[in-house]
Formats: sequence, C-alpha cells, structure tokens
Amino acid sequence: MGEAVSRVALVTGGSRGIGRAIAELLASAGHSVAVNYVSNASAADDAVRVIEAAGGRALAVQGDVGDETAVATLIDQVQDQLGSVEILVNNAGITRDDLIMRMKPESWDEVLQTNLRSVYLCSKAVMRGMLRARWGRIISVSSVAGVYGNAGQANYSAAKAGIIGFTKGLAKEVGSRGITVNAVAPGFIATDMTAALGEDTTSAAVERITLGRLGTAREVATAVGYLASDDASYITGQTIVVDGGLAL
Amino acid sequence: MERSEIEAKLVDLLVDELGLERDDITMEAKFEEDLDVDSLGVVELLMALEDNFDVKIPDEEAEKITTVGEAAEMVSQKLNG
Repeated sequence: MGEAVSRVALVTGGSRGIGRAIAELLASAGHSVAVNYVSNASAADDAVRVIEAAGGRALAVQGDVGDETAVATLIDQVQDQLGSVEILVNNAGITRDDLIMRMKPESWDEVLQTNLRSVYLCSKAVMRGMLRARWGRIISVSSVAGVYGNAGQANYSAAKAGIIGFTKGLAKEVGSRGITVNAVAPGFIATDMTAALGEDTTSAAVERITLGRLGTAREVATAVGYLASDDASYITGQTIVVDGGLAL
Repeated sequence: MERSEIEAKLVDLLVDELGLERDDITMEAKFEEDLDVDSLGVVELLMALEDNFDVKIPDEEAEKITTVGEAAEMVSQKLNG
C-alpha cells in the first residue's frame, strides 16, 4: 500500500446508506470529507459527529446536486472550509419505480436529474481544481440496474447506465491530466432503498446472488475507497461490479 | 497594462503551464494546429489567464480564441475595457 495522503473528498448523498459508509471510510483513510445531503440534516450531522468522534474531519453541506445553482454554492462552501475537492464521489440517487405504462414524465425527469444530471454538474464543478492540481478522482455510484436492467426501473436503469457511459467518456477526456474517472455498480445492498422493496422481492433476489446474501454498504464503500486511493492510479474508465456474484 | 506586457506574460504562461517551447510561440500561432495544444489545453490556458490577470473570460468568448494573439487581445480587452 502507498503512503496515506490526506485529501479533500465530497460525497454526494453522503448522510445515509452507501454514501454514509463511503464518507466514513474515506474519513478513516485520513481524508477531509464533505457530506452532502438534500433534506435530512440530522442524518448528515450524525455522520459528521461519527467521523469527528473517530478523529476525522468532516463537514455537512446541504444542496440538491441536480440543481446547478445549488451545486455551485455547495462546491464553494467545501472549497472555503476544507479546500479544493480532490476526490468526488457521485453517490446521490433516488428511485421512482413504476411500469413504463404507468411511469409519469416527472418520475423519469426526477430520477434522471438526481441520478445523472448531478454527476455531470458535480464533475464539471470540481474539474477546474483537479486540472490545476493535475490529480483527481471521480467515482460514481452506478448500479447493477444500469448494467443488466431492472423491470419497473426503466428510469433508474437508464440513469445508472448513463453514469457508466459518462465515466468512460470523461475518463478519456481528462486522463492525460492525472484524473481518473471510474464507477462502482452495487447489486442488492442492505440500505433504506432496498428495505423499501419488501421481503418477497429481497428473498427472490438473494436466491440469485452467488454469495447468498445481500451486500453491506461498507462492502461497496471499500471498492470506492480503493478507486480513490493512489493504489488505483492506473485504473480509469472502469465500472467495478460489487454484487456478490449476481450475474454468474 | 501595456499590450507588450500582456504578451510577455502570456508567453511565460505558455512555457510554464503548457510546456511549450518559447521559440515556437508567435502571436499568429494557432494553439491546436501550430502549437499542438489540445482543446483541453486551451481551456487550461484560459483558466491560467483568468488566475494570472484576474479577469473573467466567459465560455462563449473563450470558444472563439484560436491563436496566441487572440488570447492576448481577449486579456487586453478585459483589462482595459
């Protein structure tokens, strides 16, 4: 392992679930972590408390990452209080599941805005600092829905597949400047989002998982932590699938 | 700021930030064709100009810059109105 360097990280949607685990893991690796949230201030404050109690440095930053004004404001806030963002983790995501015949345009637009437009907006907003530093890590949380597709999630699957294409395109664009761009595609992970699926859906999913269980948020976070590290310096444009062997 | 001063500082930036050979740089030289600076390199140069001259170059104006002289002209306009 390389020597630990302390950097500034931003985790969008970092107050709960996989984002929370990523924020805590990056903090434990010695990075200063901005924990972005949109509505749940108490969860974000709790994440900051937990990180600080463990001796880390963290900051809660409110803002809807699908909105460009909010993104500009929150990036400025992180810059002022922690410094230029060197590790961006695009994690914020929502679901608005429905069959295509019933899916309202708003459900399509909201999912694309929060899950994909946000990735473009945040990556653009941190790019200036990364170009100047000739170093940067952008890691976006995709999903197996974006790799294999999920019925009832055409919107979510499209947004998550969009992240994978974005990742490849941007990786080629900025690779010569020492910036790597990668994605992680989690399978069924035990979070609030999958708890909402119900027991039947979950047990049916588990039957298809080679490792025979749901994953934990931390098992996704460790993949993100690896991609954020100097050890992953020769990996770019890739999507690491963290799904317990779902596709085997 | 005098135009000659702007041009001299611009050449320094091209050498220091983009690693160009000083002898290759003329005011007529085109970034992409003559100096082999890629499109992202031009964006980076404009960022450096903004930082060093303390000016703001809007994207729509930045897109029109193709030569070293045009970059100097842009900075001159922003500084001297």
